[in-house]
Amino acid sequence: MGSRLPLFPDQASTFASEVDALYLFLVALTVFFSVLIAGTILYFAIKYRRRSEDERPPTIEGGLALEFTWTIVPFLIAMFIFGWGAQVYFRQFRAPDDATEVWVVGKQWMWKVQHLGGQREINELHVPVGRAVKLIMTSEDVIHDFYVPAFRTKRDVLPNRYSTLWFRPTRTGVFHLFCAEYCGTKHSGMVGSVYVMEPADYQQWLTGGRAEGSLSEQGARLFQDLACDNCHREDGRGRGPRLEGVFGTTVLLDNGQRVTADETYLRESILNPGAKIVSGHQNIMPTFQGLVTEEDLIRLVEYIKSIGPKVEAPPGETAPAAATPTQR
Amino acid sequence: MITAPVETREHYLNKEYGIRSWLLTQDHKRIALLYLASITLFFFLGGMFAVLIRLELLTPAGDLVQSETYNKFFTMHGIIMVFFFLIPSIPAVLGNFLIPIMIGAKDLAFPKLNLLSWYLAVAGGVFALYAMLAGGVDTGWTFYTPYSTAFSNTYVMSTAVGIFIAGFSSILTGLNFIVTIHRMRAPGMHWFRLPLFVWSHYATSLIMVLGTPVIAVTLLLVAVERGLRIGIFDPALGGDPILFQHLFWFYSHPAVYIMVLPAMGVTSELVAAFSRKRVFGYAFVAFASVAIAVFGFLVWGHHMFVSGQSVYAGMIFSFLSYAVAIPSAVKVFNWTATLFRGSISLQTPMLYAFGFIGLFTIGGMTGLFLAALGLDVHVHDTYFVVAHFHYIMVGGAVMGYLGGMHYWWPKMTGRMYPELWAKLGALLIFVGFNVTFFPQFLLGYLGMPRRYHAYPDEFQVLNVMSTAGASILAVGYLLPMIYFIWSLRYGRVAGANPWKAVGLEWQTASPPPTENFEETPVVTHEAYEYSREREVVGD
Amino acid sequence: MTESGEHSLALRHQFDTVEQQRDASTLGMWVFLVTEIMFFGGLFTAYVIYRTLYPTAFEAGSHHLNITLGAINTVVLICSSLTMALAVHGAQLGSRKALIACLLLTILLGSVFLGIKAFEYADKFAHHLVPGPNFQFEGPFSRQVQLFYSIYFGTTGLHALHMIIGIGMLSVLAWQARRGRYSAEYNTPIELVGLYWHFVDIVWIFLFPLLYLLGRH
Repeated sequence: MGSRLPLFPDQASTFASEVDALYLFLVALTVFFSVLIAGTILYFAIKYRRRSEDERPPTIEGGLALEFTWTIVPFLIAMFIFGWGAQVYFRQFRAPDDATEVWVVGKQWMWKVQHLGGQREINELHVPVGRAVKLIMTSEDVIHDFYVPAFRTKRDVLPNRYSTLWFRPTRTGVFHLFCAEYCGTKHSGMVGSVYVMEPADYQQWLTGGRAEGSLSEQGARLFQDLACDNCHREDGRGRGPRLEGVFGTTVLLDNGQRVTADETYLRESILNPGAKIVSGHQNIMPTFQGLVTEEDLIRLVEYIKSIGPKVEAPPGETAPAAATPTQR
Repeated sequence: MITAPVETREHYLNKEYGIRSWLLTQDHKRIALLYLASITLFFFLGGMFAVLIRLELLTPAGDLVQSETYNKFFTMHGIIMVFFFLIPSIPAVLGNFLIPIMIGAKDLAFPKLNLLSWYLAVAGGVFALYAMLAGGVDTGWTFYTPYSTAFSNTYVMSTAVGIFIAGFSSILTGLNFIVTIHRMRAPGMHWFRLPLFVWSHYATSLIMVLGTPVIAVTLLLVAVERGLRIGIFDPALGGDPILFQHLFWFYSHPAVYIMVLPAMGVTSELVAAFSRKRVFGYAFVAFASVAIAVFGFLVWGHHMFVSGQSVYAGMIFSFLSYAVAIPSAVKVFNWTATLFRGSISLQTPMLYAFGFIGLFTIGGMTGLFLAALGLDVHVHDTYFVVAHFHYIMVGGAVMGYLGGMHYWWPKMTGRMYPELWAKLGALLIFVGFNVTFFPQFLLGYLGMPRRYHAYPDEFQVLNVMSTAGASILAVGYLLPMIYFIWSLRYGRVAGANPWKAVGLEWQTASPPPTENFEETPVVTHEAYEYSREREVVGD
Repeated sequence: MTESGEHSLALRHQFDTVEQQRDASTLGMWVFLVTEIMFFGGLFTAYVIYRTLYPTAFEAGSHHLNITLGAINTVVLICSSLTMALAVHGAQLGSRKALIACLLLTILLGSVFLGIKAFEYADKFAHHLVPGPNFQFEGPFSRQVQLFYSIYFGTTGLHALHMIIGIGMLSVLAWQARRGRYSAEYNTPIELVGLYWHFVDIVWIFLFPLLYLLGRH
């Protein structure tokens, strides 16, 4: 039996102190109001206790000033908390641009992690201390939720779409990883550990186990195996749009709409090619639904991300494919 | 007070005898007692699952039952307690019994519909019980897709159908209350003379009528999707599981107010009666109920801050969630102010009222934690949430229900419960409740996710505390059950107005005659007019 | 039984006056219709969201609906609303003949609607457009088109169910009217079923453009 009685979780990310500050403020506020209400009630209950069976106290009509005071003061306090909470939330949503990307696939009942270098882990995640890490996550089946209490952050992991989560660890150590969205029989077994390591240790860890090459290399092989390169040709003469440099750009569709070519868009275009057709192209690509796994999709997406100029490239540099006006 | 035998008088209980006179009754008071019987059954059934959950969580390893079984335990605990106990509890028992009497009517507007509501509630319960006996259901009471539609191998369909049917019971009850409050008030009983109990039930009925159809159609779609393999939430078909969550919480968040608003109504009555004062800021308390009902429909998205809805949607829902907290705060302040210069008697119902105010304050304040976007990301789906909603639903709604049961028990049965035992029960429930659920706040902040069958060792001490509290709580809940039954035979005869309270229900006999009043009362005074006592109490 | 005997029988014990009883029943019906709006509202929300997500698929789906039959059904239902209104009018005037005739006409029109609907459903079955394992759709968006048909069958099916219930109630009313239950003084049930029938019509007035017309070129 664990004899420890912890009252507070480890603080191991930049969010932890922000969330804890808000939490402690709210605890103080709760204690204040609970003691105020309970104390007042007890005081009145004793002071004005019934002294005779037929006692009839005077009628006291409510006062408008009092009513407005205790409407407006709580409202102002509430708005203050709202603003504070929203600010913390905002920071949790916006991952910094230099974040290291790691792919996570949830399935009943395990977490599969893939690093860009090709390293794979199950129910474990190794990250360096001090560096921002961005997880791009999806699920093979039901909804899961990636939750690391020591980092004070979590995000639902949904099938058929990518969701992201980021954090910057501040302390080395081993921390709990939980699935926080009920996902079936072994939900409570869908747990693991996050290892926050010194950068040097992390580099050493990375050098182990990359037999299959990096994710983009694996993706490149898959790109050929699936014969994607028959149509998506580098010279832009294929029947499909040229993919070099497309990631991160804005793509014009045949219905006049524009979409950003992010991971979700690439994924959708592989599984459901007809959904968003690039302007100037025919809807001839077959669906790859059922032919590629979630992990294959990640490899393909990473391959497409790796080819051609990156997001930061200035507008003129991205050579537009046959009829894919790209701009940013 | 005269305690001479009055059993020769005809009232709703002794007017007719036999099983048919109960099962085919159209008397709102008898139907209330039918509900009392059925929801008590469900309460103890749900409570049994709670006990099993707490026993399993005594140790970190999942060693009492398999995880399949544990998942069914918490699912059925949730479904039974929410849909078959809490939602009908105060409205269908106390509301049914009291609303017509409080407004000076002979019955609800549609007595047959009222009886039908009870049968629907029972029929829904039978479906859910069938599912339970056949093998149970393991989706959680939230039925999140795609788990519920495509992955769970348990009896989701019959449970969903059961809730669907019980939903119509709720809709018809709400409809009946709305029409009754609008059209059946006695002469002189205008809107601002209504007891706050009636106001809060009016607000509750609005939610029942507007919200329940949405959960009904949503669960219908889940059942159809499961049964016919066609779907509109299935991601494999391009469907959106988040849409399910939106539709589900559109009802299920307001459903929390279905549970707590009536308890607030009860508290208003108790605070007034046991301090012999008009509720401070009557109009503000009345409108706060309606405001809660209206705002309650606009905050469902705060259950989905980490589900992937947009940041801006999250901000709007967070803002509105803070807005809905204000009317609740206003009520708490007004109840407290009512005590000022009152004549306060600490009889059992008042203890429950104080328990309600205290626990609801904590439950409400911890709601502010969850509505704070950045903080919710951490505590969402942890035991913090479990503790929070138990403070509202058990600390709030069940406390209100028990307080109301003690207060109106003499009116319903004509007998007093034993005061000393009742005080002991109230104390046990208050202590047991806090010992059970307070540690869960700490567990949640530590990061223990809800619906976990096994957990890391460092969470054990708090879990053991929680289980210890639950055993106190269990004794506390058994006690009223025993002495209420005892009092039916041995309790002191109550008389028409044992509390010397005002309100139309205390002007008629205990138990009331079938048509509630010998002649339709004419209301000439405001609610809770204690200072004009002679005119009010009569005899 | 005399007319006046009928009246006192019709006033149930919980009401003080006939007016109070009629007011209560009418309000009850309105509240019920509000719940019905919320009930269909869930499905309409699903429709709006998926139409926004998959506009092309929904257009492709709606191209396979028979616009002529839909339009005929719309006219049929509007006519049935008219006959229903005339039935209520007849009841208020105390004209038993007009009442029964209009009720029967409404039942007839409702049945015509259901007949046409059944024909449309059969056609969808024949073309494998019913969602489920046998669903077949040639085209790029077959999965999303299936979603469209799920909503199509969900909404129109629920609407048809309401029509069937409505026809059942109208039949009971016609039978009771034949036995002289209703008069110029007591005709609340006719009014209430009338409200219900108009509501069911209005649902269709929304469904027809949303499912059949929107996005048609």
